[in-house]
Parts: sequence; structure tokens; C-alpha cells
Amino acid sequence: MQRKQNSIKLSALFILALLFLFIATTAAAALADPSNGLTNIFAPESTPAKSIVDLSLLVLVITGIIFVVVFALLVYSIVKFRGRAADAGREPAQVYGSTQIELAWTVIPILIVVVLFLATARTIHAVQDAPEPATALEVTAIGHQFWWEFRYPRLGIVTANELHIPVSDAAHPTPTFLKLLSADTDHSFWIPQLAGKTDLIPNHPNSMWMDPHRTGVYLGQCAQYCGTQHAKMLLRVSVDSEEGFKAWVRAQQQPAVEDEKATLGKRVFETTACINCHAISGTVANGRFGPDLTHLMSRSTIGSGAAENTEENLRRWIENPDAIKPGSLMPAMKLSDSDLDALTAYMETLR
Amino acid sequence: MSANAMVIQNAQVVDRTWVETLHEWLTTVDHKRLGILYIVFALFFLVVGGVEALIIRIQLMHSHNTFVSPQVFNRMFTMHGTTMIFFVAMPILFGFANYLVPLMIGARDMAFPRLNAFSFWLSALGGFLLYFSFLGGSGLYGAGNAPDVGWWAYAPLGARAFSPGHSSDYWTLALLVSGFGSIGTAINIIATVLCMRCPGMKLSRMPLLVWLNFVMAGMVLIAITPLSAAQIMLLVDRYLGGHFFDTQAGGSAVLWMHFFWIFGHPEVYILILPCFAFMSEIIPVFSRKPIFGYPVMVAATVCIGFVSMSVWAHHMFTIGMNSYANSFFTISSMVVGIPTGIKIFNWLGTMWGGRIQFKTPMLFSIGFLFQFLIAGLTGIMLACSPFDWQLGNSYFVVAHFHYVIVGGILFALFGAFYYWYPKITGRMLSETLGKWHFWLFLIGFHLTFDLMHIPGLLGMPRRIYTYEPGRGWDTLNLMVSIGTFIQAIAILVFVANLVISHWKGARAGNDPWDAWTLEWSISSPPPAYNFATVPTVASRRPLWDLKHPEDPDSRYE
Amino acid sequence: MSAMANPFPQAPANWKLPDRGKVAMAGLIIAESAIFTIFVVAYLFYMGKNLSGPTPREVLEIPIFYTICLLSSSFTIHFAGKSLERNKRSTFLGLWLITILLGGLFLYGTGQEWHRLIYEHGLTISTNLFGTTYYSLVGLHAFHVTAGLAMLCIVGIFTLAGRVGPGQSRRVDVLSMYWHFVDAVWVVVFTVVYILGR
Repeated sequence: MQRKQNSIKLSALFILALLFLFIATTAAAALADPSNGLTNIFAPESTPAKSIVDLSLLVLVITGIIFVVVFALLVYSIVKFRGRAADAGREPAQVYGSTQIELAWTVIPILIVVVLFLATARTIHAVQDAPEPATALEVTAIGHQFWWEFRYPRLGIVTANELHIPVSDAAHPTPTFLKLLSADTDHSFWIPQLAGKTDLIPNHPNSMWMDPHRTGVYLGQCAQYCGTQHAKMLLRVSVDSEEGFKAWVRAQQQPAVEDEKATLGKRVFETTACINCHAISGTVANGRFGPDLTHLMSRSTIGSGAAENTEENLRRWIENPDAIKPGSLMPAMKLSDSDLDALTAYMETLR
Repeated sequence: MSANAMVIQNAQVVDRTWVETLHEWLTTVDHKRLGILYIVFALFFLVVGGVEALIIRIQLMHSHNTFVSPQVFNRMFTMHGTTMIFFVAMPILFGFANYLVPLMIGARDMAFPRLNAFSFWLSALGGFLLYFSFLGGSGLYGAGNAPDVGWWAYAPLGARAFSPGHSSDYWTLALLVSGFGSIGTAINIIATVLCMRCPGMKLSRMPLLVWLNFVMAGMVLIAITPLSAAQIMLLVDRYLGGHFFDTQAGGSAVLWMHFFWIFGHPEVYILILPCFAFMSEIIPVFSRKPIFGYPVMVAATVCIGFVSMSVWAHHMFTIGMNSYANSFFTISSMVVGIPTGIKIFNWLGTMWGGRIQFKTPMLFSIGFLFQFLIAGLTGIMLACSPFDWQLGNSYFVVAHFHYVIVGGILFALFGAFYYWYPKITGRMLSETLGKWHFWLFLIGFHLTFDLMHIPGLLGMPRRIYTYEPGRGWDTLNLMVSIGTFIQAIAILVFVANLVISHWKGARAGNDPWDAWTLEWSISSPPPAYNFATVPTVASRRPLWDLKHPEDPDSRYE
Repeated sequence: MSAMANPFPQAPANWKLPDRGKVAMAGLIIAESAIFTIFVVAYLFYMGKNLSGPTPREVLEIPIFYTICLLSSSFTIHFAGKSLERNKRSTFLGLWLITILLGGLFLYGTGQEWHRLIYEHGLTISTNLFGTTYYSLVGLHAFHVTAGLAMLCIVGIFTLAGRVGPGQSRRVDVLSMYWHFVDAVWVVVFTVVYILGR
């Protein structure tokens, strides 16, 4: 009698514990600090991301049903077929199998797989094999350890880390088609709200596209481990209105601002090792190992999102990048304080 | 007293010094001793790998944490993955296979006892080499460094140019050496199963554990070797100036990915098959019914063995394969879920109509069923390649595979421990401590790995030493980390149980669970020669036939 | 309990299981085949993708003679095994030594070819993709031939010491399986490198 009661108690406890765990975990998720939703894969703002969400809802419904059915069977069998004290010593009927039942639970999963696969194949083709319209904007993204290089080949623009693309209207679409290359190791371009991720692999060009429906800033980051500072290879995509984008392009196409007040800093730049890695159009600096600095001040962050683009942060970065992003490939320049001030002042003029 | 052990009158027991005992253990070729060595070795590395996990989780407790530097963090996740797969999961499963397979087929040892010992010591050397990297890895900044290229060591990150020093070489050599050990054990298992079965044990009468380990061993032969080949190629690149994966010379980073995952995917099936084996032995005994659908279970296993060799590029959905390749790997990955799902149904069918006893092995088995179901379903989600373009390389994937490995494999292993510990040591593990272990671990596991799916859905990639605030990841990561501490406590309870029960546990006798396979016909622990007389069998459950002579299985098979 | 009845049922009349040496060698062959397959895949994948340096067509000469040596050694080892079963020990020893000689000749041929490639054409493992994949694949095979030859020599020494007779026939068969495997791999490597690759 006691053993039977213990058995019942145990089963009930078990099931209650599981339920509690589930409710607790869902509640915890709801209580989690509010996100700005900027990296939520279920808040798509572009056609590829939306196709993925549509497919995922079908997958979630099907897998949800499978879970509920099997879980119910599991719970039922635990409760109904638990051993009772009265049965001690007697064995239940020794059933070896059942061809009909086993056939049923083979055929049904096969059918489910066929349905899922057909839906998935459609989405794969829709996203991957979408033709590129003539109105598309072409951007080449080149992954570096640990920053992003963006080139607009038809517009003659080279920039870094923060991507500007035009919003795409359903009426006359202007999607952005990205070509993905890498200068060193593997990286991955991931802006969850705009598209699934695609890798940047050296010697293996890839392509992807997105057509954002709403203006705004979208966030993401590198999604393939690429070395020490993989975590700080952040992405910032600014989706501009048509006029906003045109204005941005015009500004980027200008050569670097020539400010007489900053000639001292410019000389420091041109005569130190800076020009080995960096480029500023209109000067002798033509290095490609590091980001293009021509319009550095048009970016809101430095170090590919490692810090806000303020004068203080800029000075700290130039003095010792490792202080902000340990393991980044830019060496500490070991400049004197006055050189550092002049150089920072020069950088601040590069709008 | 077992009906199958000898009692020698007036035998004289000789006392041995501890040096002699140590020497015996170091030079043993007995499959039972080697099994125990494998298991103890794996448990040690389980604790080490667990500490690495704790370090990772403490660092990720909140955004912009500075508990460890990025360099240390990157070494931690590399070592955690490498250790857990190669020096915990593989050895512990080989250990159980070594111990149980000969006993279950009525043999006195494995086919090649000396090869068995050699394979174990190769694996041990591999573990030692990997951890020696902390001392000898001389990275760019001086003193020793562990590898930090991730446990996949993707090209070109593993090349000389991006991985100077020797840390990646320790990774390569440790796995190459232990890989050869694994191949030796696999050959041994296959030869044992095919050539050492006791009379009457046709292949169709072998316990499912033996079948599953047999298929696993076959998979090891063709899955571990691609990794060995790729690692030899990596060494050629690093030391002989080769260009296998040198993208500057026209080499292909994607080729490494293909080779690695041709190993990597079957590898996880290699890890799960022995766990299916444990479930297929434990669930019937504690439901008091034979396994439901034995022939289909065997067929499904073989099916999984073959189909799992065709799904590897679902780890590569984002590398830019064309839509036809992506579609192929989508369907193959879904198809492999079918025989796997069938197994879950068969276990449910075994419990159905039974008289379930909720001893600790069964608790862990039920946990396994629940968690493996969920893990399989998140796997189906990941198999849809467009969905994987969002979920891949995010914490959703990390949650999925930990659900399989911890929620599935580790739970099954715990069940196996509680079930066979009496046979190995002659003592029962404490049921009280067992239940504490189970519930603590269940709660910690779900707190960690249920919640871990959500940051993935919110865009959190994996292998990042820190993250930005304001993305909704902070609280979730904190709770995930708390769950790991609860799991750690549960592991301590488990270790305490193992140790205390060795001296204080109740005596087990031959057959504490009233089970039906041959290992329960001999004493606990078994004598060195296993069986005094080689048994003969006429059905899949020889001890059921002996206990129920009025209704033997042999009548129905 | 010094005497007990066997509680287990009657043993089947005819209970014969395969020889474990042969099963183990079959397992080893399967594993090694997987390793070679990966190297062959790499070779095929990189065919024609060199960015610079000598190409196969320019520098490779088909090693017909040494291939015939190696493949004939499969015949000699087979007949050696048969002779041993019939206790014709001197025939066995003769054929065994010829096998070793043929295998040695093959290795000599490989060495000669490599010498020519390195010193006359400047092709090394680090020259280009062809160099890397060629030396790795052919080298892996040559390594396996060397290991096989070492084992053949050990058996040869034991034979000269008079310790190999029909009782060791089974073990000699297991070693022959390995040698046949090495030859079969050469057929594949030869086809891929010297026929498809040029």
C-alpha cells in the first residue's frame, strides 16, 4: 500500500515538476529585459527574412503537434502503466511488437517529412535563386579580422563597418545585392531582421540579397568564429530613404576634407606607419589592410562597433587599440601626447 | 552464488601491495578492467570539461563582462568542445562497450585483448597531449597556450598564418592519436561481435546493446578516418608547406569543412547509438516487457548508420552551396529523423502495457525520452535550410546540440551507471542520492538549455566572449549560467554516490534488477574469466527463459 | 558447488563463426580505404586548379614497369599462401622472397620518380596544389607499402628460422589480405594520378 502511494506521489511530482519548469522558463523569457527587437529573427523587415519566418511558422506548428502528441503518450504511459504493489511478482503480457502499429508510425513520419521538404524547397529556391533586377544596388563586402570593408563598385565608394543601403519599395524595388569575399579567415554576415546569414570565405565568393521595407538602423554581427575579436565584429546597417541614400553617396564620393587647422595631424598621419594600413582619398595614404578613413566621422562607432565614435574614444583607440578591443590587429602607435592630440584632431575633421 | 562461477575449496588468497595492484591495472588486458579505466578516465575529463563550461558561463553572465580575456575564453570553448567529444563521450561509451559486449554475448574477453589495451592507452595519450598544450603550446605571447580555433579548427584559421605557435598542433596530434585508438577499439568490437558469440547466439538473438555497438563500431571505421586524413593534410600544410587548405595558393577552406563534417556528423550518431543501446536494455527491464519491435529496432539502427553518412553538409547551409545541394541535405537530414523517431515510438511501445518501476535508471530513461524528443524536433527545425540560415551558428544550435548531448547522451549514461554499477562493483548505488542527483540535474539542465534557445532566436551568435547590452540577451544568459551551477552540484552528488556506495552500498547479488541478459547470470563483480562454462542461448532473453520455463521466449522467436 | 548442471539449453550442432584475424583485417582495410578515399577526393578536387608551377602532363611519366612489379607481387603472395597450406615450405619461402623483392622494386621506382621530379622539375610538396596532393597521395600509399614490406620481412625471417608452417597459414593469409589491399589502392591511385590527372 505504501509503495503504491509512493509511486503515485512520485509520478505526480514528476509531471508537476516538468510543468513547473516549462512555465517557469517561459515566464523567465517574458521577464527578460526588453530588447529593442533589433536582432530578433521573428521581426523581419525584408523579403528573405520574411520568407524564412513564414516557413518557420509551418515548421513550428508541425513540430509542436508532434511534441504534444508524443509527450501526451509518454505522460499517459507513465501514469497508466506504473507498477503497483498489488502486481508484485506478476509480469505483464509480454508483447513483442505489432506490424500494423509499426507500419503506421513509419508511414506518418514519412508523409510529414515530404510535406516539410516541399515547403522548404520552395523557400530555398525563392531566396537563393532570386534574379537580380537592374535597379539593384551592388555592394561588395570583404571580411577582415575583425572589421568589415564595404565597396560600392558602381558608385566608386569604399567604406568600412557601417553599411548604408536604400529602402526598397514594393512598387519599384531597389534591393541590395551583396557579393561576399574575405581577406583572411571565414566570417559570416548576419543581420537577423534583413536576411539569413551567409558566410564570407576566402577564395569562395558568395552572394546574398535583401530588400528592407522600412528605414532605420539594423544591427547584427559576424556569425562565424574568425579569431580573437570575433565577438566585436559588429554590423550596423543604415537603411536610408531614397533621398537620404543619395545624399550619403554624394558625401562619400567626395575626397577627404582639407582643413588647414588639421595640417599638423595630417602630417603625423602621412609620415607615420598609418599609411601602411589605412587609406584617405586625396592623400598619399592608400593602405588596404585596415579600414578606409576618408569619412571616418560619418560613422557612429569605431573598431567595428567596439566603441562610440567620440573624440575621447578615438584618442584611446589610436593610443592603444588593445585597451578597447584586445587582440585587434592594429598595433599601438606609441605616439607622443602632442602627436596624438594633433592626429585625433585631424581624424575629427574627416567627415 | 551464481550458477556459473566456480568455488575452489581451500583456496589461498594472496595479499598484494599497492604497487602490484597498480601494475596490474596498468598492464591489464582484461576487457572489464579496461572498461573501468576508460570510464574513470572519461569521468575525470567530464569534471575538467565542466569546469571549462563554468568559466564560459561565468564570463557570459552579463554583457561586457571581464571575468576572462577574449584569448582565454576562446581557448575555453575550444577545449570544452574537444574534451567533451573526444575525451569524455567517446571513451566513456567505449568503456561501457568494452565491459558489456563480451558479457552479453557469453564471451570471456574481447577478440583482441592486447589491441584493446593499446587502444585505451592511445586515447589516454591523446588526452594528455591535448592538456599538455597549456604548458607547451607556446603561442604568440610566450608561455604555453591551449588551442583556440574552435573544436572544428576551420581552415584557414588553423593554418600557420592564423594560428602561429603549436597550440593547433596539440589539437591535431591529440585527436590523431586518440583517433587511431578509436579505430583499434572499433575493429575489436566488430571482431568480437562477429567471431566470439556463444553457441546459439545468432545475430538475430543478440541484445540490442550489442547490435547498436556493432553498428557504431562500423561507423567509427568510416567516420573517424576522414578526420584523421584531414588532420594529416593540415599537418602537411603547417609543416611541409603544403596547400591543401591554403586559400592564397588556390586551396579551399570549404574542402576542410566537407572533410570535417563528413566525420563530424556521423560522429554524433556514433555517440548516440550506444545511448540508444542503454535505453533499449533499461526500459524493457523496468517496464517488465521485452523491447517492442526488436527487428525494426535493428533495421532502424542500420538505416541510421547509412543515412547519417549523407547529411553532413547541414552544418554548411550558410557557406553558399547552390539551392540543389541545400535541398538535398535538407531532405537527407529530415529522412534520418524517421528511423530515429521510430525508435522513440518503440520505447514508448515497450512501456505501454508494462508495469513501470521508477528506480533511478528508469527516471533517467524517461528524462532521456522527453529530452531526446525535443532535441530531435529542434533538429528538424535546423534541417530546414532557410530556417538554418537564421538559426545556424547561433545559440539556438548550441542549445540544440547540448539538448542531445546532455539531455540525451548524458541522461542515458547516468541511467547506465545506476543500472550496471551493481554488476561492475557488486554494490548498489544509493537510491536516495540517485533521486537527488536526478532532480537537481533535471532542474539545472532545463533552466540552462531550455532558455538557451531564446538568445539564439534573438540573434545571439555562438563563440563570442561578450555581447552587447540592449539586445534582450542579458537576463536569459544570467539564468542559463545559474542553471549550470545547479548541474554542477548534481554532478557532485553523483560522484559522491559513486564513491560512497563503493564501500557502503548494499550488496547487489547477481541479478538485482531481475533482468534477462547474460551478464546477470554471473556474480557481481564478475570473475576474471566471466563464464565458468560458456553459455548457450535459444532466444533473445536467455534469463527470461530460465526464470519462466513455462513460457520461454524461444517459443515465440 | 563443485559440480553443477548446465542450466542453459543445448548447443546447436554446427556453430561456426568467422576467423577473427580476417574480420579484424577487413575492418582495418575498410578504415584505411576511407582515409585513402579522402586523399583521392582532395586530389580529384584540385585537379587543374594550380595557380602556378609544373602540371601533371608536363612532368609525370607513367610507371608501367613498377606497377607491373607491384601487381605481380599479389600473385606471388597468393601462391605463396597456397604453398604454405600444402606444407611446401621451400616454395613458400621462394615465392615470399620474390614478393618482397617486387615490393622493394616498386618502392625503388617511387623513390626514383620522386628524385626526378624534385631535382629535374622542381616539383616539391610545397610547389603548388599538384605537388601537395601528388606527394601526399602517392606518399601515403608508399608508406603503407613500406609498412607491409616490413611485416613481410619479419615473416620472411621467421620462415628462414624454420618457424613458419601450415599452422601459421591463417595468419599469413591475414597479412596477404593487407598486401592485396595495398595493391588495390595502387590501382586506384594509378588511375587517378597517371590516367585521369594527365
